Amino acid sequence: MADARNSIHVPAPKFRPGDTPDFSHLKLPRAGETPKPDVDADPAKIRDLAYGLVRVLDHNNQAVGDWNPELEAKVLRQGLRHMVLTRIYDDRMLKLQRQGKMSFYMKSLGEEAISVAGVMALDAADMLFPSYRQQGGLIARGKDLVEMMCHCISNSKDNLLGRQLPVHYTSAAHNWFTISGNLGTQFPQAVGWAMAESKKGGSRVASSWIGEGTSAEGDFHSACTFATVYRAPTILNVVNNQWAISTSQVIAGGEATTFAARAIGYGIAGLRVDGNDFLAVHAATQWAAARARGGHGPTLIELYSYRAEAHSTSDDPSRYRPKDEYKAWPLGDPIARLKDHLILLGEWTEDRHAALEKEMTEHVVKSYKEAESHGTLHDGPLSPVHTMFEDVYAEQTWNLRRQRQDLGV
Amino acid sequence: MPAKNMIQAINDGLDVLLDTHDDVLVFGEDAGYFGGVFGCSQGLQKKHGLDRVFDTPINEGAIVAAAIGMATNGMRPIAEIQFADYIFPAFDQIVSELSRIRYRSAGQFTTPLTIRTPWGGGIRGGQTHSMSPEAFFTHIPGIKVVVPSNPYDAKGLLIAAAECDDPVIIFEPKRLYNGPFDGDPNKPALSWAKHPKGEVPDGRYTVPLGEAEVVREGSEITIVTYGTLVHVALNTAEQEGVDAEIIDLKTLAPYDIDTIAASVNKTGRCVVTHEAPRTSGFGAELIAQIQEECFYALEAPIARVTGWDTPYPHAHEWSYFPGPERTARAIKRVLEA
Ligand SMILES: Cc1ncc(C[n+]2csc(CCOP(=O)(O)OP(=O)(O)O)c2C)c(N)n1
Repeated sequence: MADARNSIHVPAPKFRPGDTPDFSHLKLPRAGETPKPDVDADPAKIRDLAYGLVRVLDHNNQAVGDWNPELEAKVLRQGLRHMVLTRIYDDRMLKLQRQGKMSFYMKSLGEEAISVAGVMALDAADMLFPSYRQQGGLIARGKDLVEMMCHCISNSKDNLLGRQLPVHYTSAAHNWFTISGNLGTQFPQAVGWAMAESKKGGSRVASSWIGEGTSAEGDFHSACTFATVYRAPTILNVVNNQWAISTSQVIAGGEATTFAARAIGYGIAGLRVDGNDFLAVHAATQWAAARARGGHGPTLIELYSYRAEAHSTSDDPSRYRPKDEYKAWPLGDPIARLKDHLILLGEWTEDRHAALEKEMTEHVVKSYKEAESHGTLHDGPLSPVHTMFEDVYAEQTWNLRRQRQDLGV
Repeated sequence: MPAKNMIQAINDGLDVLLDTHDDVLVFGEDAGYFGGVFGCSQGLQKKHGLDRVFDTPINEGAIVAAAIGMATNGMRPIAEIQFADYIFPAFDQIVSELSRIRYRSAGQFTTPLTIRTPWGGGIRGGQTHSMSPEAFFTHIPGIKVVVPSNPYDAKGLLIAAAECDDPVIIFEPKRLYNGPFDGDPNKPALSWAKHPKGEVPDGRYTVPLGEAEVVREGSEITIVTYGTLVHVALNTAEQEGVDAEIIDLKTLAPYDIDTIAASVNKTGRCVVTHEAPRTSGFGAELIAQIQEECFYALEAPIARVTGWDTPYPHAHEWSYFPGPERTARAIKRVLEA
């Protein structure tokens, strides 16, 4: 052990490559154990929730406790469908990236409940300020898969005209903000959006997502400060998937406390939620949305999860964590858990699940064929080159006009 | 027409905007109840309501980020950054976000917002209340940068900026807030009351973005400048008896190259002045462009009169400030070359 008096304390994750991961030290509350307060609860009275864990599905995948959102089976099946599609979409896109069809990709394996339930629990009119790992939410909002793919392969139908790296979707029609590559910037922007909503007397809420690594940025503090000061109708989600590229959540400040507990200092409601539990994510989001809509202020939600895949196609996690760490992760697979829950309810079967997977696979394959018919980054056609000089300003300025002419487009 | 100083003109501009546009919100540090440390938003909270003119926490990054969010939800925010020296906590939100939201979303989201901030030296503000950081911002595609030099323009440019669908940063020369300043700190302070540009019409009018103004016609030499130094240039030309053509740029991004080139092609000589440090200052851009456009008309190398490449000093403020003496020397050098 380093001597605390003459060395810097640099926290480290429990397990590195070669270690056998064992998470039995984590004290995870059981499903149903963390109580559900009223949506207008005084943040000072519900501080324990920031250290608890909102869970609905128990180890038998039965829904228990006050947080059970008691969703209709058809909503659960819809959620399962979106999650399965997200996973298959991710898989396919990764393969295509490996084949050189796109420059870059980021999967959300293991985090599908966070994006899908976190969006399904909101109204379609609510505004989303996502990070790059919430593609499930865009799928849940009904975005056309072909359009998503056309963006990722930067072809002639890319709605962003090839200006953005893959997975940085924008879809105003789906109330989906333009995803930034700069971490955390969207968090305080969501608060500003929500302030404008208050000004207009509207009832829509803004929801934003960042990773636990990003919560170390000043923008996190900016968002929490403005959200609490102006009681902005905002849901501030911190996805604690344990890893920020190669850096463990302990380096983001997760060793001493929880990320949800950051809320306490701001006087904001803070919830820590099992992010691999579709029902828990849905219930917590619904609670926070009702709280925001009722004028009771923002909620900070820590979604406790695990990033099962590499950070992105540029990353190799075997260099910094045990290969099978995800398998040892105690919160399981969000899709398997919801599926088993539905089967338990008599609302789903293995056969139906296999059929769903087949249907979604075909949907993805067919969509990609269509997307590719509009070109790929490699072989074109791309958006016309002159569009590079557009949308810098509302109207093209003289310097841009000259530069476009200089390039001869 | 009522005579107004620049603070009153800006206050009037904000008032007109709040009156005529339901979507305009005004906010910043001390900008609400108190009306701003220079008083630019004084009385506006009382008149227009607590949720249209309000105080913010001391967090410039959050001020700009929130303004971006508001702008994407139908508002036209006008945010005050208390001093241009303190805009840097918001630099990331301006560079990486504000400037690119229209571009990266291919026009699906836009951010029609205005940032106003007191700028420049000459008020004994020391290194943290005197900066002229405009060059950082003219280097960002997607941002418009404006520097008024008088009350009439300050109001008209503010209204034009707020109504413009692009993000605009307005750097307000704080040395000019209370009166024109010809560069001599030992003279009694001048007042806008006796200056033609202190005549500020009531109600709405605009001064177009992107257009420079020839504030003095002349034939011997062109002086291109903006902000406080417009008045220094005018004074220097008078004092030295030089028939200078003086251009007040007003908008730095995008700047009015046609007006500049026409003048330099006519006079064949040019001096560029600004208060910001010399190296990589906005003058470098101007001079590069002028020599591209006017090389064959030029009779002499273009000269620059600028702040030194040091932080803005407190005690030696007037040795730093590019005043009439240094301006005169540069003019002489260019005329004699
Ligand atoms: C401001 C900024 N700093 C650094 C990066 C590079 N970067 C991209 S993703 C990432 C890790 C983010 O981790 P986390 O917030 O936990 O989100 P996760 O990827 O786990 O979903 C880093 C450092 C960036 N994009 N933006």
